[in-house]
Amino acid sequence: MKDLLELYITFAKIGSITFGGGYAMLPILQREIVEKKKWDTDEALLDYFAIGQCTPGIIALNVSTFIGNKRKGVAGGIAATLGFITVPIALLVIIAMFLKNFADYTIVKNAFAGVRVCVCVLILNAIERLWKKSIVNKKALAIYVIALLLTLFDFLPLYVIVLLAAVAGVLINDKKAKKESEEK
Amino acid sequence: MILLQLFYEFFKVGLFSIGGGLATLPFLYNMSNTLGWFSHGDVANMIAIAESTPGAIGINMSTYAGYQVAGVFGGIVATLGLITPSVIIIFIVARLLKKFKDSQLVQNMFFGLRPASVAMITAAGLGVVKIALVNIPLFEATGQILDIFILPAIILAMVLYILSKKTEWSPIILIAISAVVGVLLHLGGV
Repeated sequence: MKDLLELYITFAKIGSITFGGGYAMLPILQREIVEKKKWDTDEALLDYFAIGQCTPGIIALNVSTFIGNKRKGVAGGIAATLGFITVPIALLVIIAMFLKNFADYTIVKNAFAGVRVCVCVLILNAIERLWKKSIVNKKALAIYVIALLLTLFDFLPLYVIVLLAAVAGVLINDKKAKKESEEK
Repeated sequence: MILLQLFYEFFKVGLFSIGGGLATLPFLYNMSNTLGWFSHGDVANMIAIAESTPGAIGINMSTYAGYQVAGVFGGIVATLGLITPSVIIIFIVARLLKKFKDSQLVQNMFFGLRPASVAMITAAGLGVVKIALVNIPLFEATGQILDIFILPAIILAMVLYILSKKTEWSPIILIAISAVVGVLLHLGGV
């Protein structure tokens, strides 16, 4: 029970400082989950994001469910997910009740222009850190570049790009494995 | 009864929207057309609010939409409906992964998935850069190359980057600092 409560509170905290959707959550997860709590690794986070992109639903929540589930099974997954949505639901209800023009207030617009600058920097930090762990050789770099171009130019839906990357990973390494076994 | 219908409608959105918050948009427009629970204008308003509050955009939109239809409980029920399918699916996927995680095939898949994941994070970051650090409409209007950069925002970004490297400050503190600076410097341009 204590563990579930800890999961819930940790994700409530993460949910209340994640601005701008799923990928903006990553730097905060690295800090809270990988560094402080040591519940998971950077590599596992990347895997969760890749899978969360291809499964239905919202990426930030898919990742929360994954981490909670890994730590404490189904109950853990539910605790983390409910934690993540608690503060946003409360805030949105308050806004819907009292502040229908919330997004039009000068102070909100200016504050969020500032927060967006911070999100750029946080995401850059996250990428620097993940780079070494994911772009391990030239083949991985090639997958990165192609996936990035496909994403930026909006050629294919994102989940298709992710699935293609998985296929590419299998094909590239299969060839290598075959070569190695032939050499032996 | 309306709560049950809300749950069901948002359950469908959660089941069929792949790829994050904005993927829920077409479904919300559709709901607006067929059920008339809210107008297209409400959807636009929801996006603006969802983007200026913490949390995932999809969740913020379902809460706001549910509230419009059936008050506080509506907001909660719509959001629970939205997340239920994905939670169940993740449990299944997590179980499969655990079973097969040592297989060479799954390892090879992740070899491809991880760079793609970083690529999507990069693209998401560039998307934020496009609205936070540069002003493309102003550049198009004036043709002055220097107008493309929002100088105060870029200086703030550099300061934040240095702070993130040289200190152990948590992202919360950096976010709070940048919100205050945004208000003081009128970064939103208003």
